[in-house]
Amino acid sequence: MSCVLRIALLCIALAPAGAAAQAVDYARSRISCVSTQMKVPLEAEFRRFTAQLAFDPARPETGSAQIEIDLASFDIGSEEVNIEARGRNWFDVANHPRARFVSTSARALGGGRYEARGPLAIKGRTHDAVVPFTVKMDAAGNATFEGAFTIRRLQYGIGEGVWKDTDTVADEVQIRFRIVTSGKPPQKKP
Amino acid sequence: MMGMAASGRTRYTGTAIGLHWIVVALIIAAWALGLTMVDLPLSPQKLKTYSWHKWTGVTIFLLTLARLAWRAAHRPPALPVSMPVWQIRVAAVSHALLYALLFAIPLSGWLFSSASGVPVVYLGLVQLPDLVGRDKALAGLLKQVHVVLNWTLFVTACIHVTAALKHHLMDRDDVLARMLPFLTQRRQVEK
Repeated sequence: MSCVLRIALLCIALAPAGAAAQAVDYARSRISCVSTQMKVPLEAEFRRFTAQLAFDPARPETGSAQIEIDLASFDIGSEEVNIEARGRNWFDVANHPRARFVSTSARALGGGRYEARGPLAIKGRTHDAVVPFTVKMDAAGNATFEGAFTIRRLQYGIGEGVWKDTDTVADEVQIRFRIVTSGKPPQKKP
Repeated sequence: MMGMAASGRTRYTGTAIGLHWIVVALIIAAWALGLTMVDLPLSPQKLKTYSWHKWTGVTIFLLTLARLAWRAAHRPPALPVSMPVWQIRVAAVSHALLYALLFAIPLSGWLFSSASGVPVVYLGLVQLPDLVGRDKALAGLLKQVHVVLNWTLFVTACIHVTAALKHHLMDRDDVLARMLPFLTQRRQVEK
């Protein structure tokens, strides 16, 4: 597929949203999850992901987000745990390599806070997620999207077998993200 | 109450004796948990055992603080006058070393846990601050420190026990009875 065609298709795909995709600065972006074992919070980073964001703070309802996480890039700082996490009981990356969130709506909550909603698919199971976030724009037009929300791991079958025991590993897992996009925001008021 | 030592008593106080033996039991438990947990396959049981080990270590640290505070306010009973000065000095040094290790070992474990990126949440209730940031190389070093300090404790505790038994069985004095309420104090009985 030619580059031009790709861009054209991307524009068509994003046309209803009304905002053009912004380039993501992956070096400054981060997605992590905080799980709790024996009441001990443990943060793990997803080292590889892709994000397509189109957002104009002036018209939040036109914004859209599509984020795909390479689950094999889960890194909790212990290789033993990383290997376990990639296995069948947890993410089962051999069969379900990616988690995917696609926004279907976005709205302002006031006070510089926003909220996106949409299906979150992990390990072949899909549930609706509500993702609150803030946006900070700097003078150069870079935008920093930051937020956190909680999922229930067992809804997605994450941690099966002996790991279903939520006394040891809590059901609630917090997903944290900071995504930085660079360049001028595409929508400018005349 | 004749024949009492200069401190005014022939035994440790009930509190000192109680704390001593509770800490002994906790040290044995921490060792058993520690040696078990490292060989367990990654499982909920392993995570639980690690947490129990850490809670036990923090408890030992706190009880050791309590013991020193108690000791400062309640001087230990005097040693037998028959003891040579060098033995009294060795006893003082080994007791100081034992106390130091009962602080240093939990502390090294806490540091090791922090460097590994795993906070310590005491009893699942109180999250202790991370003393150092996540650092794999430092974690590896602290693990060695934790292990070496534990074997130092093992050796020192063996000397401690051997000395106590030697006093009781060979010197036939009241040194062990000071810490064991159910042992008859010979000196008292003789009087």
